[in-house]
Amino acid sequence: MNLAVVTPYTVPAGLMDVLQVTLLILVALGATAVVLTRAPVRQVIVLSAYGLLLALLFLAFQAPDVTLSELTVGAVLLPLLLLLGLAKVRSREK
Amino acid sequence: MTPRTRRWIFLAGMAGLAAFYLWGLRGLPGFGRYPGPYGDIINRIAVGQTNATGVVSAINFEYRGFDTVGEEFILFIAATGVATVLRRLRGERDRPARDEAADRHGPPTSGAVRQVALILTGPTLVMGWYLASHAQTSPSGGFQGGVVLATAFILIYLAGQFLAFERLSPVDVTDAVEAVGAGGFAAVGVAAVAMGLPYLTNFLPLGTTPGAVSSSGTIALISFCVGLEVAAAFVLIVSELLDQALLLQGSR
Repeated sequence: MNLAVVTPYTVPAGLMDVLQVTLLILVALGATAVVLTRAPVRQVIVLSAYGLLLALLFLAFQAPDVTLSELTVGAVLLPLLLLLGLAKVRSREK
Repeated sequence: MTPRTRRWIFLAGMAGLAAFYLWGLRGLPGFGRYPGPYGDIINRIAVGQTNATGVVSAINFEYRGFDTVGEEFILFIAATGVATVLRRLRGERDRPARDEAADRHGPPTSGAVRQVALILTGPTLVMGWYLASHAQTSPSGGFQGGVVLATAFILIYLAGQFLAFERLSPVDVTDAVEAVGAGGFAAVGVAAVAMGLPYLTNFLPLGTTPGAVSSSGTIALISFCVGLEVAAAFVLIVSELLDQALLLQGSR
């Protein structure tokens, strides 16, 4: 059964496949980049960019509600919490 | 254990994991093929049964509302845990207004960051409010709305300063809002029980137009409660951590 709804804004299926595959590859690369970044502060920034990529991936897979959550939690709130933790650790070390 | 035996154990474990993983992958349905009947049934009946055109919200707050109560309380307990662990301990005191190193001042927030944060605060607030209150009509919901609302408060911190953020989100208020949000969801469920219906039954009028803001009964109400709870929980967590990082100084 084909449930697809066609609107004037519908992206052709082939183009959508390209977009999804591209984003999957970018997410795999992004996750690797997060693991390979060793300096904590830099890692947080890379993690934030990775959160943005994940949000785009969810959008391409037709989950706009999850995109909204990932955008704010993964790209903003989680990096912020980690940065605050790092700031606290550094102020202790002094 | 020598490194040599350790490596062999690791390789054996990896081989086992890889074998099971590949075996599991072979049994998966093809990409985009959905074998279960549940999704198709819900897609067909959800709008007619609940008058909510946001079917994801209808599932989250109606068909699987009981799951969502649990999820909401996970966040509630997490925020409570952060507030408990980071409470002011004996021997901790507020850091003096000036940094310890008198000759070193923290770099002031750049004008560009403050401007952008200031411009974005209003739209973000409106967006969060819209998302939290329109779960029944659009792909949004309380959780999304709540985190976007919390982001608006963090923008205020970026645009101004920590003290402005603290004044706008005093812990007493965020605590109360969080409790009202979490309790409101549970109370909607209990209200149904009080009427002799099963827990979390949608007892409010569903409205006449599917997708109207006033439609879908308790779905919209629950989503709004979740929005309050999530926004307050995140503001609470962030402000506790900001407090720790910027103001408190331990004596240990």
